[in-house]
Amino acid sequence: MQFWIIQSLNSLALGGLLFLLAAGFSLIFGLMRIANLMHGSLFMLGAYIGVTVLKYVPNLWLAALIGGTIVAIFGGIVERLLLRQLGSNVLGQVLVTLGISFILADFCLIVWGGDPIPLPTPPALQRPIIVWGVAFPTYRLVVLAIAVVTAILLHVLMDRTRLGAMIRAGVDDMQMARAVGIPVSKLFTTVFCLGAALAGAGGIIGGPIMSAYPGLDADMLPLALIVVILGGVGSLLGAFVGSFIIGAIYTFGTALLPDLAYVILFLPMIFVIAFRPTGLFGRQGA
Amino acid sequence: MNWARWIVFAVALAGLPLAVGDFYVNLTSQIFIAAIFAASLNLLVGYGGLVSLGHASWVGLAAYLSGWLFLKMGLGHGITAPVALLGTTLIAGLFGWISLRATGLGFLMLTLALSQVLWGTAYRWASVTNGDNGLSGLTRPAPFGISLEGPLAFYYFSLAITVLAIWMMSRFVDSPFGAALRGTRDQPRRMSALGHDVWLIRWVTFVYSAFWGAVSGLLFVYYNKYIHPASLSLTNSAEGLLGVIAGGSGTLAGPIVGAAIVIFLKNYVSAYIERWNMLLGFVFVVIVIFMPDGVVPGLRRLWMRWRSR
Repeated sequence: MQFWIIQSLNSLALGGLLFLLAAGFSLIFGLMRIANLMHGSLFMLGAYIGVTVLKYVPNLWLAALIGGTIVAIFGGIVERLLLRQLGSNVLGQVLVTLGISFILADFCLIVWGGDPIPLPTPPALQRPIIVWGVAFPTYRLVVLAIAVVTAILLHVLMDRTRLGAMIRAGVDDMQMARAVGIPVSKLFTTVFCLGAALAGAGGIIGGPIMSAYPGLDADMLPLALIVVILGGVGSLLGAFVGSFIIGAIYTFGTALLPDLAYVILFLPMIFVIAFRPTGLFGRQGA
Repeated sequence: MNWARWIVFAVALAGLPLAVGDFYVNLTSQIFIAAIFAASLNLLVGYGGLVSLGHASWVGLAAYLSGWLFLKMGLGHGITAPVALLGTTLIAGLFGWISLRATGLGFLMLTLALSQVLWGTAYRWASVTNGDNGLSGLTRPAPFGISLEGPLAFYYFSLAITVLAIWMMSRFVDSPFGAALRGTRDQPRRMSALGHDVWLIRWVTFVYSAFWGAVSGLLFVYYNKYIHPASLSLTNSAEGLLGVIAGGSGTLAGPIVGAAIVIFLKNYVSAYIERWNMLLGFVFVVIVIFMPDGVVPGLRRLWMRWRSR
């Protein structure tokens, strides 16, 4: 019983982390149609920056804020200086982001070395909560809560605010949006920064669970991809539901069938692609 | 196509071992392997307009299949090679069916996701793949009783396979089917209206290109006598793609030149600089920003300009 409860909680926490990762990916890839193959690297960069920031600022949430901001600035620079030049050249975007992900991976290896570095769990959250005699790791519950709050905030931002309406207008018809005076170019940079910030902060928040290690980027990118493909490209709800499905499959798969966890991971994707190519919540014909 | 030039080129390559030492013979063998890999990827990227980030899957799958059949089943090369090619091609048929549910970016992401699944499986399924240790203790085959263990014998073997592969791929591209493929790249809707089955054309190309990817995978595992999950990695797919782009996609010679550039960079520069991955990243960025149509079309453009004067 304890096994199932703990694993369920683990899968929810992983789902929450995946949402932070996939929501940013969904914004960048789904809305702006930029194939951002450095998204896993941004997550890893965030985790490593968290390692360094925590040496000076002994507070994980502050570190997540600082790290998220640094990663957002980095993302913004890449978007402005490199991706913007390429226009709609998809292949170019793919290669540039891929190139940067290689550079980042090597950079992290030089700066932080090859050994995994765990981030400390905040002391206040180290004690498990005990309900009906079952111990729940508090930190994982908090991660879950953060993901839910982020999802609600993003939903409100995109669907209920003027800013969100302008972004959606820019995505749907860039020329028309420009013609009515929406600064599409600035908005897109903002969205890119927001997506990068989510990934970077996710890396730090996930640090106590996953730690920072070389190869974290290559582990996270396919998970983000599968979540977005499963949930539907560009759909926030899809990213949310997809994250928890993949989180559960990955956690239970790893616990029950460690050899084949990756194969199990991709079965739901095949299933969805076969019967609903736009994903669970994707727009038809989009 | 200008066959005379190609034949001169092949003859020059056949004479190369007379002029250089074993190091360069081995280096050129590696270039052959990378050239088949890049040329097969080019069928999709250059002629089909379908950018795949999962082409390393075919190298790795064929290599793992042949290695596993040899080590665990004790089968000879006469059986493992065709079974590995067949198995890889079958799985490519499945992966192609899934990936081609989408086009453009979606296709790219699906091929990436699927190949990452294979990569992760190769790492984790230690009872079959030996995990991070890779499969070692493999041998090279001895076709017609000629051992390929020496660098020279292997050089000529891979040269022969490369010539065959490039010739077969050029036949594919120049055939009516190849023309239809280019049509689906440029005007998929019109091709569809003309009665072509766009999806089928793409799928056949996907499988055909995977087959030649598998051939290069077999050569790769024969050359190294070892296979590691890294062969299935995104880095490996990306190196192939870099070869295609650097040389110029959609040309026959482009991927060969590109593969040569990549292998040279990897072997030469990495002797001086330890950070091959970082260099690779920079090369990507520089080529995309400054040489978007590749080296071969760039040089050809210069040549045309020079001649027209």
